[in-house]
Formats: sequence, C-alpha cells, structure tokens
Amino acid sequence: MPVQRIDSIQELSLKANDIRVDIINMLLPAKSGHTAGPLGMADIFAALYFHTLKHDWKKPDWPERDRVVLSNGHIAPVLYATLGEAGYFDKSLFSSLRKLGSPLQGHPHRGSLPGIETSSGPLGQGLSQACGMALASRMDGKKNVIWCLTSDGEHEEGQTWEAVLLAAKYKLGNLIAIMDRNFIQIDGTTEDILPLESMSAKYKAFNWDVVEIDGNDMQEVVAALDKARARAAANAQNKPLMIIAKTVPGKGVSFMENRYQWHGKPPNAEEAQKALDELQIARKRIMLV
Amino acid sequence: MPTHPFTSNPAMHLMPDLFGAEMQKAATREGWGQALLDAGRENKQIVALSADVSGSVYTHLFEREFPDRFVQCGVAEQNMASVAAGLAMSGKIAFFSAYGVFSPGRNWDQIRVNVAYNNLDVKFSGAHAGLTVGPDGATHQALEDIALMRVLPNVCVICPSDSLQAGRAVHAAAARKGPVYIRLSREKSPVFSTDQTPFEIGKINVLADGTDVAIIATGLCVYEALKAAKRLAEEGVSAAVLDCHTIKPLDAKTLAAYAKKCGCIVTAEEHQVNGGLGGAVCEALAENFSVPVVRVGMPDQFGESGGGWELMKKFGMDADGIKKAATKAMEIRKKR
Repeated sequence: MPVQRIDSIQELSLKANDIRVDIINMLLPAKSGHTAGPLGMADIFAALYFHTLKHDWKKPDWPERDRVVLSNGHIAPVLYATLGEAGYFDKSLFSSLRKLGSPLQGHPHRGSLPGIETSSGPLGQGLSQACGMALASRMDGKKNVIWCLTSDGEHEEGQTWEAVLLAAKYKLGNLIAIMDRNFIQIDGTTEDILPLESMSAKYKAFNWDVVEIDGNDMQEVVAALDKARARAAANAQNKPLMIIAKTVPGKGVSFMENRYQWHGKPPNAEEAQKALDELQIARKRIMLV
Repeated sequence: MPTHPFTSNPAMHLMPDLFGAEMQKAATREGWGQALLDAGRENKQIVALSADVSGSVYTHLFEREFPDRFVQCGVAEQNMASVAAGLAMSGKIAFFSAYGVFSPGRNWDQIRVNVAYNNLDVKFSGAHAGLTVGPDGATHQALEDIALMRVLPNVCVICPSDSLQAGRAVHAAAARKGPVYIRLSREKSPVFSTDQTPFEIGKINVLADGTDVAIIATGLCVYEALKAAKRLAEEGVSAAVLDCHTIKPLDAKTLAAYAKKCGCIVTAEEHQVNGGLGGAVCEALAENFSVPVVRVGMPDQFGESGGGWELMKKFGMDADGIKKAATKAMEIRKKR
C-alpha cells in the first residue's frame, strides 16, 4: 500500500501503534534483538515517515529525497516496521528479522532493503555520515534535508563530538539531529554509567541550536519536526539543529517502560501476548480521542 | 661462478640508467597530491578531506584549487572516514588522507563499517607509512596498515613503488568502483618507472626476469629489490624482481608462475612480516604452489627513532638485507 502523507494527530498516533505492534511481532520469532528503544521511538518514526519527510517509497533512490541516517542501528526493528508500513517493502518480511538469508539484518545494512541509507550498529558514527551527506547536498545546491537519528548513549563515543564540532564549523543548517533521550543503556541508566547532562547546554556550547520535546507526545513531535524542516529547507547555512526528544523506553508496554533490562532483549511468547493486548487497548483509547 | 649483467624487462620501460646518480627523486605522497588535483579537474564529483595534514600529504594542491570541494576535519580521523562515507553515499568520490598510524590506524572501525561494508567510492591514503618516516619514532611508523586493510572485504590495497606509480594508482582508484587504500611514503625515493610503464590494479609488474629466486617487493622496497638483483647478478645469481603494487586483489597467477620457475621466493616490504605482503604471498602460494618464502620486513617488533635509511639497514629492509634473504631462500630450497 502506498504511503500517504498523514496530517491527523490521531491517525499518526494509530500509525505509531501499528509500528509498535509490528515491533513486538517481529521480535518474538527473532528470539533476539532490542525492544525498549524501538518502542520508545515509534512516535517519532511515524511522524517523520508519514508526515514530515520528503520521500517517495516508490523511488527510494530519488536524489532529491530527505535522507535519514539511523545512527543507533540497534533500534532497527522500528526502522524496519516503519519502512514496511510506508510501503518500501512487503510486510511479510517482518517475520524474517535476524534469520539466515533475510534482508532484515540484525543491524541495518545498506543495500539489503530499499530505504536503508547506511549500515549502522557500531555507535557514534551516524552523525558523521549525516554531516557528509549534508556537505554533499550543499555542494550540489540541493534543497533536501538530512536527518540523523541518534541515541543518548552514543554520546559517550568521542566520534559523536568530532561530528558535532564539524557540523557547527560548516554551519550545516540542512542537518537535523534527533536524540532519543531515554536515559537508559545496556548496563543501567545513562546518568549512572557516564553522566551526560546537561545535553542541551553541551550542544548550545558547541554552537548548535537546541529544541527539547516530549518524544512520545505526537502533537509536540509533529510541530517540532515540521518547524525544524521548514527552517532547514529555508536556510542551509544556519546552525545545525538538535532535537532532544525525551522518550520512554518500552513506551506502550507497561512492564517494559523505563526498564533498562529491556534494552537488549526480545519478549517471550507470554510477554509478547501481554504487550499486544496492551497495545490493542491503547489503540482503542486513541480511537476514542 | 659466471656473472651476467642485470637487465630489466624491456616491456616495463623503466628508466634507462636505473642505478645512475642522476635518477630523479620524489615521494609517493607528492604523486598522490598532484594526481588528486588532476583527477579533480577531470571529474567534478571528486572531493577531498584532510585531518590537519593537508600540506604534508600534498592534498593542499586540491584544497587550493577546489576549496568548495574540500573538507578540513581537524585532528579527527574517525569523523573524517565517516564524513567521507556520507559524501560517497550522496554520489561523491571521496578521497581522504592522514598519516597511516592514525588513518587507517585509529579509524579502522569507521572504515570497516561505513566505507567497506557499505562498499562505497571512498579512496584513502595512509601517508608517512613504514619505517622510513624515521626520526618520529615507533609511534609514527605505520607498520601494520597493510594487514589492517587487506583483511577487510571490498577494500583494494595498493602500495606504490614510486611517485609516478602513486599518481597512476590515484587515477586507477578514481575509476574503480568501491574502496581503495593507497599506502604512501614521506621519504623521497628514485622515480624508476616512466609514463610507458604499465600499471593495472591487481597485476604484478615483472621488472626483471630471473630463474634462481623471485623477489616480490612492494613500495620503497621495490627499488631496493632491483639493487639487490643487480648485485646478485654480479655473483651469478639470476633473480626476478616483481613489483607487487597491489596487495589486494593479489596477482596469485603471476606469483605461482614465479614460484614454479624459481623454486624460492623473497618478499620485501616496509611493514610487519606478519599480515602484510609476506603474509599475503604465503597464503596464496600455500593454496597454489608451495615453495620456501623468506619474508623481509619488520620482525614482529616496534621501530625506533633514527634516519629512515639507517633504520631500513638496521632491520634488513634495504638492498643488502634483501640480497641476504635471497641467498637464504636459495639455501632452504637446496636443502629440501
């Protein structure tokens, strides 16, 4: 089914709910993979791919498209679910995640599936690649926007800050980064493992503009993404923009929410059923609004 | 023992007075810089990046003429490799360079995942590679880069033997699909090839034919191998000299032919004996036609400060060292 631009907040919320259901259904047969991050980012992915992004699922190589670099590749299930929902490939592939011969590799691989802009997994490398794309767009006089989706944990990698410096130096106003600020990583909370606050002050000090939003409030997400894109398209010589999106890891599934233990494990059959039941109830709640 | 004069292979069109005092000298990094500028004039999709060493890698020639197609990344080699990947994913042919110890030394992971796994048109050089960077000492002597790069799928590895060939390698890299690593030296060395000398990625240049021992050399060791072959000829030994400028893809066919012909091999490189050209040749011969191989290179230890050629002599990578290795290889063959 072709992707249609969706403007209604309710419909976008339903799309995010669909994506969450896909994520659970994908991870159950995979028997390994990451759950909390993908669920937390479902709202932003829905808003991006079904509302804000300039793209065409029929032409994944369209040179004028906005590009999305997923830097924290371990949240691949939310990317796969979104691309599948948006029509980039057949949703029947979902159940092959992480299986031998599947294009849905454990971490995204460029060339395996349409819509995957780069291979990722090793943390801290996406923002640099997005900088390269933003520089190329400027050299070619293109009006597209480069999006980089990044995690909070990968700000512990030094390379992230090398890219932050470069983006500020070249005033990459056509670059928009979105940080999944969910405060968890594998071994615990970010502030216990290696304190990152204040992220906002750090980015401002590095000559970026910063916006902070609730990454699970669809209205707020849509408004922020639209505003950011309009600004980026209008002037590619601005400061680069970081959208710090506070998200709830495991969002939508009560027993996963805010628990770092769900960073890197999939649900078993019983947990998956409970999760799907909760998402079904959430869906009804969205419909009532 | 009858002696016979050393002659180079006429098909290689080497400089006529190969060992004369008038031989021009230039560093392979100069060949890289000039060719990058020329390639940039021919192809507007070519862009270049540097990590604060634009001048010493001669990338400044490109930078001056095409400032809008040049990205100065500062002392941040990891970022540079990934930014280059981003440029290539947007249709550019990205050339980046820094000193070999830092790039590909420090940014191996970025090259592996962003450049090689994505199989992009990124061409990169490790400059000031090898022992001949001399006085800077062990920290700055890249002796592991060939091993680091040749183990990566999709990456082509070239180690030019003179400045002219370095330029040919740049043009060939620009025309080739996928990642290419080019290893460069700081030290000036004789330019023994000419415009007529063939260069094809993956094809060994047989600089001199021979029947007693085959010397497979790369980089600055190629000219040393020629000198060694000349001295061996004076002692009645017929040594073949093979310029193995491409370490990957390796010209296994020519290697096997010379293993059969000579019955023993010497490899010579300014690199650790493990994992570099010597390792690659042993792997290929073991699967094709196994003969004794004596590897000239750094014997699994770190370098130290000193003059570039003092160090080459100390660790046996000069003509004398290669000649000794040839004698040893022939002795091993005889004992078999």
